[in-house]
Amino acid sequence: MTTTADDSRRARRRATDQRRAVRSDRSRAEARLGWLLAGPAFVIMLAVTAYPIAQAVFDSMFAFRLTAPDERDFVFLSNYTTIFTDGVFWSALGVTVLVTIVTVAVELVLGFALALVMHRALKRLRGLLRTAILVPYGIITVVSAFAWYYMFDINSGFVNSWFGWVPGIGAELDWFADFGTAITVIMASEIWKTTPFIALLLLAGLAQVPEELLEASRVDGATWWQQMRRVVIPNMKAAIMVAVLFRALDAFRIFDNVFIMTGGDADTEVLSLLAYRTSIGRLEIGLGSAISVVLFLCVLLICFIAIKFFKVDLASGTDASGGKGGKK
Amino acid sequence: MPETSMPGGPAGAAGGSREGRAASSRQHLRARPVRAAAVVLAGGLVLSACGGGDDTPLLTWYINPDDGGQEALAQQCSEEADGAYRIQTSLLPNDAPSQREQLARRLAAGDTSLDIMSLDPPFIPELAEPGFLAPIPEGVAERTTSDTLEGALAGAMWHDELVTVPFWANTQLLWYRESVVEEAGLDMDEPVTWDQIMDVAEEQDKHLSVQGIRAESMTVWLNALVESQDVSILVDPSAASEELETNLDSEAGRAAAEVLHRIGSEGLGGPGIASMDENQSMLLFQRDEGSFMLNWPFVWAATNAAAEEGTVDADLPDDIGWAQYPRMDADTPSAPPLGGINLGVGAESEHPELAYEAIECIVAPENQAEYFVTNGNPPSSEAAFDDARVEEDYPMADEIREALDNAAPRPQTPYYNEISTTIQLNYTPLSGVDPERTPAEADTTVGEVLRGERLL
Repeated sequence: MTTTADDSRRARRRATDQRRAVRSDRSRAEARLGWLLAGPAFVIMLAVTAYPIAQAVFDSMFAFRLTAPDERDFVFLSNYTTIFTDGVFWSALGVTVLVTIVTVAVELVLGFALALVMHRALKRLRGLLRTAILVPYGIITVVSAFAWYYMFDINSGFVNSWFGWVPGIGAELDWFADFGTAITVIMASEIWKTTPFIALLLLAGLAQVPEELLEASRVDGATWWQQMRRVVIPNMKAAIMVAVLFRALDAFRIFDNVFIMTGGDADTEVLSLLAYRTSIGRLEIGLGSAISVVLFLCVLLICFIAIKFFKVDLASGTDASGGKGGKK
Repeated sequence: MPETSMPGGPAGAAGGSREGRAASSRQHLRARPVRAAAVVLAGGLVLSACGGGDDTPLLTWYINPDDGGQEALAQQCSEEADGAYRIQTSLLPNDAPSQREQLARRLAAGDTSLDIMSLDPPFIPELAEPGFLAPIPEGVAERTTSDTLEGALAGAMWHDELVTVPFWANTQLLWYRESVVEEAGLDMDEPVTWDQIMDVAEEQDKHLSVQGIRAESMTVWLNALVESQDVSILVDPSAASEELETNLDSEAGRAAAEVLHRIGSEGLGGPGIASMDENQSMLLFQRDEGSFMLNWPFVWAATNAAAEEGTVDADLPDDIGWAQYPRMDADTPSAPPLGGINLGVGAESEHPELAYEAIECIVAPENQAEYFVTNGNPPSSEAAFDDARVEEDYPMADEIREALDNAAPRPQTPYYNEISTTIQLNYTPLSGVDPERTPAEADTTVGEVLRGERLL
């Protein structure tokens, strides 16, 4: 009995080994093919992303000025100490975070409203509506920044004369002279430009909400608000999170609008502008690289927070049950 | 170039009947590789005809934007060279700091195309110090600067050595509305002070046209205010970065800040002062509330053109007068700002001798006069001011020349950018300038920035 059992176990193991060997050969060949196909793209990706990042990390450990090539000193983490102990950095970080939070929050609300309008619009009007809503997103950011700048500029703008009847607005209001007004214009421009992006993502999410669930909720007598809260929003959580994550990353790297409208004046400097001014303006490659590395780490942190805490799985969607459902 | 028509052969194929085209489609497909080869061959021929046949050395001149004057000079000097060289221009960004950024990056990277560069004087030490500029041959230095105005020559030097060739020089005048000074009873034949012009603007409820934007113009202004008291912003411009000290936190520095403070706090510069650059201040001066303006001579040609076009009152030019830059105190002559453009040659240029030969042609006094008349940028050569066309078109040419003689360059140091940026950050907006606090803060900031202890 024992011998027979051992024999059969051995036979089963042999069969499994053979299957594994067969699978292994095939999967090895597939893996090889995969590498051959993806390899060039992988190498190019490394060259254009990993290499500059590694170079920036390396450069950030030197006191190095482009116009003094012979005075390159290794200072290890001293540049980071300078950055983290300077009010200029914390002010820029604060403005960046403020812009990110406000613009993403407003865009989410506006984008959702626009998505609902597009979703509910008559079929005949839907295409036209989407095109109209997409126009701001199609404009190059620098161009829209100039348009907004010239609109609000005290010398050439028309906003002061058109909206002179609004309390607080008058011929003598210089929008770009104070932080409050300047950052408002910058954020408004940002919101105008990128709300269509969020609206489109949310529209895709809306389309994925099962109609039968909505019907069932209607039969149960749910109000519009209840339908939104209990059916629509939970079912488009993945789309919402992707929209928030993408826009948050984008907003955190804001550059064009601030560069064109104020150039950082009136305390509106953001992190990417600080990195630009240090690296390109001052030609301080070491210090500028250190700021860029910090900016990169902040972006990574945002990704980490979004993916970890909001349970976003960009590869295979989101657990729409909010973590209560079964495992994927 | 007759070759260009060769690859265009399919033009005939585009015509013909629909049937004919359908029938020949297979034939067309078979003919495609042959045609492609013909196109490549013809393209090669075109390229070789355009480039390879001409052995004339090509010099690239990186120019700042102007009204086409540098392009015209490039063509003229190319023709005069008679095949020795040909100059092609390449346009730099609009503002001086952006021009510096691009040139510094290219020079640091060893770009060999930087044969001739139009350089703003304050940025010259930064490029000369690391050896980015090719040395000037002795004969060239003598020939090109024999009659250069003193202020312009000072801006072309580094460590007592000529490192660039002055091309044109610029300075600011005090422009005023005759009607305003008449009402105020001010004698503009006598030197005027800042206090006087501020008082007049305040009394008549007019605006002073100055540049309050956070930009290079703020350093230009502050430097002129300090230099007009016989003091320089830097104690020793040639000192190493860690030892560089400023005179901002001094009596002269505080007096200069007092002028900025009064204009800012009393609203003498108008409500848009925080975003007022040279052009905006000219537009303000052209309006009814205009009184005095500190600006470069381009405003004269621009205002006349606007009057001719009808965008401003046709009588406006008749109401405009000019005088020397205002004094800080009545007994000390003013030191107006110095601007302009010098020409430098990149150390990695493949044709430095030819580049300097071309520069000699470009900066010839008659060319400088022509450039002034056509583009509104004053010459650095004394002889050019004697040109009849200059006197005819610029009735204030003598004042410009006098101002250039008294003009003081901005701090000449490889760290000028840091000093200028610190000034811009600390002295804008004007309404925030505090004579007791701002100069001291700027002084401390410069030191900390240059020691690498803080960001900017």
